[in-house]
Amino acid sequence: MNPELAQRLTEHLSEVTGFIYPNEVEIQWGILVVVYPYITGLVAGAFILASLVQLFNVKEVQPTYRLALLTALAFLLIAPLPLLLHLGHPLRSYEIFLTPQLKSAMAMFGFVYLWYLMAVLLLELWFEYRKDLVLWSKNAGFPLNSIYRVLSFFSTDVSERAVAFDHKAIRVITLIGVPSAFLLHGYVGFIFGSVKANPWWGSVLMPLVFLMSAIVSGIALVIFLYMVVAPLKGEGVDMRCLDKITSYLFYAVIVDFTLEVLDFIHRLYQSEESIKILSRLVMDKLFVSLWVIQVLLGMLVPLAVMVAVKSLKLTEELRRLFYFASVILIQLGIFATRWNVVIGGQLFSKSFRGLTTYKMEVVGIEGLFVAIALLIAPFIILTVFLKIFPAWETESAHEAIS
Amino acid sequence: MIDRRKFLKRAVFFIPAVGLFRRLAGDAQAKAPVAGYDPSNHLYGMGIDIDKCIGCGRCVEACKTENNVPKEPFFFRTWVERYTIKKDDSVEVENIDVRLRKRGDTTTEADVLRSFFVPKLCNQCQNPPCVQVCPVGATFSTEDGVVLVDSNRCIGCRYCIQACPYGARFLNPETKTADKCTFCYHRIVKGLLPACVEVCPTQARVFGDLKSMASRLVRFKRMKRITVLKAHLNTEPKVVYGNLDGEVR
Repeated sequence: MNPELAQRLTEHLSEVTGFIYPNEVEIQWGILVVVYPYITGLVAGAFILASLVQLFNVKEVQPTYRLALLTALAFLLIAPLPLLLHLGHPLRSYEIFLTPQLKSAMAMFGFVYLWYLMAVLLLELWFEYRKDLVLWSKNAGFPLNSIYRVLSFFSTDVSERAVAFDHKAIRVITLIGVPSAFLLHGYVGFIFGSVKANPWWGSVLMPLVFLMSAIVSGIALVIFLYMVVAPLKGEGVDMRCLDKITSYLFYAVIVDFTLEVLDFIHRLYQSEESIKILSRLVMDKLFVSLWVIQVLLGMLVPLAVMVAVKSLKLTEELRRLFYFASVILIQLGIFATRWNVVIGGQLFSKSFRGLTTYKMEVVGIEGLFVAIALLIAPFIILTVFLKIFPAWETESAHEAIS
Repeated sequence: MIDRRKFLKRAVFFIPAVGLFRRLAGDAQAKAPVAGYDPSNHLYGMGIDIDKCIGCGRCVEACKTENNVPKEPFFFRTWVERYTIKKDDSVEVENIDVRLRKRGDTTTEADVLRSFFVPKLCNQCQNPPCVQVCPVGATFSTEDGVVLVDSNRCIGCRYCIQACPYGARFLNPETKTADKCTFCYHRIVKGLLPACVEVCPTQARVFGDLKSMASRLVRFKRMKRITVLKAHLNTEPKVVYGNLDGEVR
């Protein structure tokens, strides 16, 4: 065995309080498994926001429609990477597709992912961009024009009938897409929620909590990106749009908060066998990440800020400032939520008699740097996407707004 | 000449067909581990007599040697816990591995209400959560009732480790795959006893075939008040304990 691991585990052992099963000294799911549900949550949330625009025809939010779809795609492309890197045998990962064990929640990952990527997101993006791709392929210089032509699958028809068909297709895809997005992240919650061995995870509310927090984080991310990217692209931030999305965000946070409080009260009131160790977990190991970051900074403060913005008549500039601060806090809070679920669930022993500690690697494959790289990568991809497939500056987008 | 539509259609069928073929091919290779051994005639289990365990830890050593379990005290296919229940009802539990021996606890005999040892291992559940969650079917139940891991198929996702309520699994640092007690499957199919049972000086571990009325295990189950660990989780363990204390989890 490599001495480094032995050294690390010996350090872990010295941090253990009470009794844990001896095999529990090693924490199995580290920072990468925190990043994974965080990223899929952003995907699902961003997509659901985009779908709101389509399904309910919310004109105000139109400026963020393409941005939300591209964001979802950029993050979805990175989503499997943290899982892949954390596997003991990444080269065998194809087995999940070839010989899935159908009773396993995790085996569904490949199928849910591919379905969502291929059947929903790429298809919707294609229909959304098809007309523009055709137009751009005529106007752009080499090599972009060839790229556009290939991506449009050599279609040339921009007649009214064809574009009307595109819109119809988008509506149908959205109708399928919303449940798919729910599935994508609800299922991630199910991976944790169905583990009966672990009382911190095993809750029927888990998929719902994951889903709502996904919507919260996705909307917050799109707001953040819109507030950063739109001015850079010379678009200016549309305040009507911003006010509208933030009100969605506000309601989503309230539902999310309600679910989490319900989960909390339910556990406390039922007060099962695990309650003592879980109390020690949240008051000791997770105190900062749960109470301070997730609940206070990630939920209560942004909620208070948004209530204040709604009730006070603030200037546009102040509103923008408050919104911006809120979405960053919310993002931080949701990351802490993922952390508290994934890491928190492994910090107590299944003997309910002791606690252990997670010491994050810094440089290793499952370490901090890799996690940061994985979180930055989608933004780089998104930048490229926005360069090649502008989200604004198109006539059709402008028409839609006006 | 194959046109595009036909090609796509066939591709759609090709992918699951490959999966099916692989599965069939895998099954075709599965054959009896030892000539003449028929797994359908057996159903293995283990009884643990709490009153007999003296906490010598020889089972742990034997297991590590027999099964190439890493020697470091973080990986165990079987281990022994010492429970000390004090007069103030507080409970102290310790894994009594020889490498961890850090004597110097302040418990004096006068404080102790009762104390005993609990050998632990994979419970070889009839309804195993680890098998349920494995995404690729690398963990499976054999016909003769043992839960095994195919280390050539395991992708190392560690979901099974999370799903096991008993902490019986670990990620083997050498193979990077999930690892756990196999009841020494390579031995029992030859009619030998698991290593831990073989070396136990007090016969605290009773191995046997639940399908044979003559087995020591069936007698153990008849003579003892038995219980299983975490019965409320409905995992239906085939490792049963005689005279187990209610404090044990």
